Amino acid sequence: MSSNKVVLEVEDLGINFGGLRAVDNLNMTIHENELYGLIGPNGAGKTTVFNILTGVYPPTDGTIKLEGQVINGKTPHEIAQLGIARTFQNIRLFKDMTVKENVLVSLGVHADYDVVTGMFKLPKFHAQEVAMEDEAMRLLDVFELRDDCDKLARNLPYGEQRELEIVRALGARPKLLLLDEPAAGMNPQETENLMRTIDVVRKQFGISILLIEHDMKLVMGICEKITVLNYGAMLACGTPEEIQNNPQVISAYLGE
Amino acid sequence: MSGVVMFFMQIINGLNIGSIYALIALGYTMVYGIAKLINFAHGDIIMVGAYLSLVLLNTGMHWSIATLLSILGCALLGFTMEKVAYKPLRKASRISLLITAIGMSYLLQNSFQLIFSANPKPYPAFINLPSLKLGSITISSNYYTTFIVSVLLMILLTLFVKKTKMGKAMRSVAEDEGAARLMGINVDHTISLTFIIGTGLAAVAGILYSNCYTIISPTMGSLPGIKAFIAAVLGGIGSIPGAVLGGFILGMIETLVKAYISSQLADTIVFLILILMLVFKPAGILGKNVREKV
Repeated sequence: MSSNKVVLEVEDLGINFGGLRAVDNLNMTIHENELYGLIGPNGAGKTTVFNILTGVYPPTDGTIKLEGQVINGKTPHEIAQLGIARTFQNIRLFKDMTVKENVLVSLGVHADYDVVTGMFKLPKFHAQEVAMEDEAMRLLDVFELRDDCDKLARNLPYGEQRELEIVRALGARPKLLLLDEPAAGMNPQETENLMRTIDVVRKQFGISILLIEHDMKLVMGICEKITVLNYGAMLACGTPEEIQNNPQVISAYLGE
Repeated sequence: MSGVVMFFMQIINGLNIGSIYALIALGYTMVYGIAKLINFAHGDIIMVGAYLSLVLLNTGMHWSIATLLSILGCALLGFTMEKVAYKPLRKASRISLLITAIGMSYLLQNSFQLIFSANPKPYPAFINLPSLKLGSITISSNYYTTFIVSVLLMILLTLFVKKTKMGKAMRSVAEDEGAARLMGINVDHTISLTFIIGTGLAAVAGILYSNCYTIISPTMGSLPGIKAFIAAVLGGIGSIPGAVLGGFILGMIETLVKAYISSQLADTIVFLILILMLVFKPAGILGKNVREKV
């Protein structure tokens, strides 16, 4: 399914928070169009890895390469523009903006018109805004959110807010999409639907996805490759079958 | 003059000063919304705009070019002020920012006193259109021009914030700076743009104000600045329609108190409104939630 082209390469990544080594010596290679799982018990450092990859925390050591380009040291908005978009474990939508506007914020980064054009609504402005609105609606269609496009984001039901976060991240036109526990708080039925949609998104947009998830069954079901973190260190890495049969993972994570 | 005519005249006065307050309040509220900073130097931008336009008009320049250059000058000042004084303090506590803003205000006032002396100067008003006659009421041109220009700018600003990508970026930064950053929004640019727009509007307010009162001085901006701040709090700081509403309400109250109660009490009552608002409804008329602020 996935090609051999490397999208993200993480080498010997580590970060210290004071005396705490929150992530240690992490290596990870994500290929084009791959669905990659990052799992581990609570506090293993999964979200910290996301924060390092997106530039929120500068890593203490190691390198991160996106399509061969070193990105550590860049600011979050530069990294986002280079092609890493994310969702959040605790939903962080722009709640007082409409559903469509949330998507337009991230799409707008790619629009090419200046302040004067925008201020006086010159023709170039209209052409680009119309194109962006069309694209926003097409993205909203992926999660059947088109009919809610003029609602305020805060008024969406919880599950749809989670979906809108994914749509907003897609608006940034990522090469790599980071999903931080997208199914948190969903019931099994909703979770299954979401996972199916995530797989559709990956195929339709041809992007790579790195997924943090607690639900082992679910990760095993859809991910092609998995890295297991424990106390910030890499415990194992491999296909779902390899992970499932790894005795270290079983003792540390499954507690059997 | 009959009571009814007098009342209408006062309403027109109120709309005039109210639209000036609203223009200034917009800058306060936008900067607060995005940078979480009460920029107390914002009122002094009115003064800078007035002096810039005075100097340019005195060179014999056409008023339109002088006005445009004054607006650009103030926008540049706003941009520089943010980069030099506020940006280095972005991670500092709110109180440091607030004190810096007060310092910036005094810096502007005192530098202009040094350059132009503390004495008021006459301003060559250039708005000279025919007066408008409505029955027995005559409205002079700078009154209706002030109102029309302010309302047009407010409409333009609202459309800008609602419809353009920069406007949406501003709103997203105001709501969640961190999330906006991670969606690819350049927060530094967005904050700079906010200062540029806010100070540009204050320059317009300064020029309109000078055309109405025709006397300018280095401290002319402080009282309208404080009143515009009250207007922003009244409407709900951070809210753009709130600033407009607050500006008009405040201008109207001030004018009516001056006309019917006592001109000496007008400012007292305006400040009393601020106190009452902060005690009973700190979020303001259109404000959504009470946020922690200095």
